[in-house]
Amino acid sequence: MAQAIAFYFLAACILGFAVLVVSAKDTVHSVLFLVLDFLFVAALYVLLGAQFLAAIQVLVYAGGIVVLYLFVVMLVNLKRPPEAHVDPHRQGRMGFWLSAAVLIELGAIALWGSASPAPAAAPLPTPMTGNTEQVGWMLYTNYLIPFEIASMLLLVAMIGAIVLAKREL
Amino acid sequence: MITSTHYMLLSAALFMIGVVGVMVRRNIIIIFMSIELILNAVNINLIAFSYQLQNVIGQVFAVFVIAVAAAEAAVGLGIILAFYRNKETVNIDEMNLMRW
Repeated sequence: MAQAIAFYFLAACILGFAVLVVSAKDTVHSVLFLVLDFLFVAALYVLLGAQFLAAIQVLVYAGGIVVLYLFVVMLVNLKRPPEAHVDPHRQGRMGFWLSAAVLIELGAIALWGSASPAPAAAPLPTPMTGNTEQVGWMLYTNYLIPFEIASMLLLVAMIGAIVLAKREL
Repeated sequence: MITSTHYMLLSAALFMIGVVGVMVRRNIIIIFMSIELILNAVNINLIAFSYQLQNVIGQVFAVFVIAVAAAEAAVGLGIILAFYRNKETVNIDEMNLMRW
């Protein structure tokens, strides 16, 4: 029961702040709503027994990525009014119809899946080791090569971002 | 009782909000934030199944998704800055240099 209350509260917060992120007029407000959204998603991870992922979510998303966004918002002058367009509502209409198509597709999948509802999640057995230890063990044994490739990807992204942000390309 | 169907519906709703943001907004920074929302929806799905199946591999995949999201944010924001220096705009409708 407590889990259900926590889930519905977190879900309402996540969806509400996500709508605010997409709909906010001011980009800075949008970034700040994004921080709150990430924090509530981290709380949901704790509810699902993924404490390590929750810590990573807070550190990397709410701490790192969002600061990057704030820097870009500060460096870019958003006060300048956008140029007049031939049909300013064209993209809005097209986006609406494409989104409706995706919604119908997801609804069809949900209906298909509700024919055989998933069994209730098993209660978490008391693990022999912590969640962080389990994830780390898996990451450094079975998934060692993907892990190294991910570190290579981060190195390439770091160099690429520095080169892109340089004054003269 | 909260089943993994609930988590999947939450994930689908968050995914939809991100898709609407990508398709309707014109500010490219907001579009990037919507992509982050979509990646978060994917992570919720992965971790919900990790909980359902009592298997930690889903969380390992979520770690990789977060790493790719961080790389994407860094490179994408670098591209935005480089573009802004050239065209003085973040409106995606004016980013049509490579349109045929």
